[in-house]
Amino acid sequence: MHLAYPTVVAALLFSVGVYGVLARRNAILVLMSVELMLNAVNLNLVTFDVFYRDRLHGGQVLTLFTIVIAAAEIGLGLALVLLVFRNRRMVDVDRLRTLAEEPSRPAAAVEPERVEEAAP
Amino acid sequence: MSGQEVVFTLLGVVAVGSAVLVVTTRRLVHAALWLVVSFGALAGGYLVLTAEFVAWVQVLIYVGAVVVLLLFGIMLTRAPIGESADLDSGNRWAALGVAVATAAVLVTVVVMGFGDARTPLRAGGGSAEELGAGVFRTWVLPFEVLSVLLLASLVGAIVLSRSDIGGDKGGDV
Repeated sequence: MHLAYPTVVAALLFSVGVYGVLARRNAILVLMSVELMLNAVNLNLVTFDVFYRDRLHGGQVLTLFTIVIAAAEIGLGLALVLLVFRNRRMVDVDRLRTLAEEPSRPAAAVEPERVEEAAP
Repeated sequence: MSGQEVVFTLLGVVAVGSAVLVVTTRRLVHAALWLVVSFGALAGGYLVLTAEFVAWVQVLIYVGAVVVLLLFGIMLTRAPIGESADLDSGNRWAALGVAVATAAVLVTVVVMGFGDARTPLRAGGGSAEELGAGVFRTWVLPFEVLSVLLLASLVGAIVLSRSDIGGDKGGDV
């Protein structure tokens, strides 16, 4: 098997995940895109495990570990998203600006009305 | 182009295409369901790469558990079932540029680095027996550490999602 096929598929999946993380607004969709990126990494790990014919199967075992870590991450992430939803009544990541830095002086006049618009 | 490569290409097209639909669809529930298709196609790709055990674990954990958790999250945040117009934030064109640049760099690197590398696929390399021996002989210490990590994250998720603990610091909002 030509090694270019799985690695190219993994690269494309990873960049689709990058697009999703940057472009999506809903926090759950961001988590889904993170899962896509993790799956691209898993595909690379399996591919190079097969390519190097690792006798300890480090790549495939690390893939299993990554899957477990992804499950832990999604559980914890969804708990955080639900907590945010309980407190704010929305999960849009670009409207959660409480921890944002104070804008510089000229922009300070613009910022309060954006915050008011963001209030549920 | 061998038969394995044809099958893998088809599965890869399905996986990448449904991943694109995950990040572009306007319905939240459909995004979760396209994620099932993408993960299933990837599991097929693992099967082609002779990693059987990883493929079944992928089906069990990703298609089974993770997508169900995501659907739970969608339902519990009262997401609209139908189309919702504002799922994309304002910087989607910048995101598209970054994603295309990432894809260009990564594809260039892997094609230049491994463009002529071939490997024969032999069955049995990723069976449950081989991987079980690997996990419980060589990698047993990371495996145990990982179980502690999983326990810690589950406890953390429970603590975060319960509203009746946390005392007087505003846990009951």
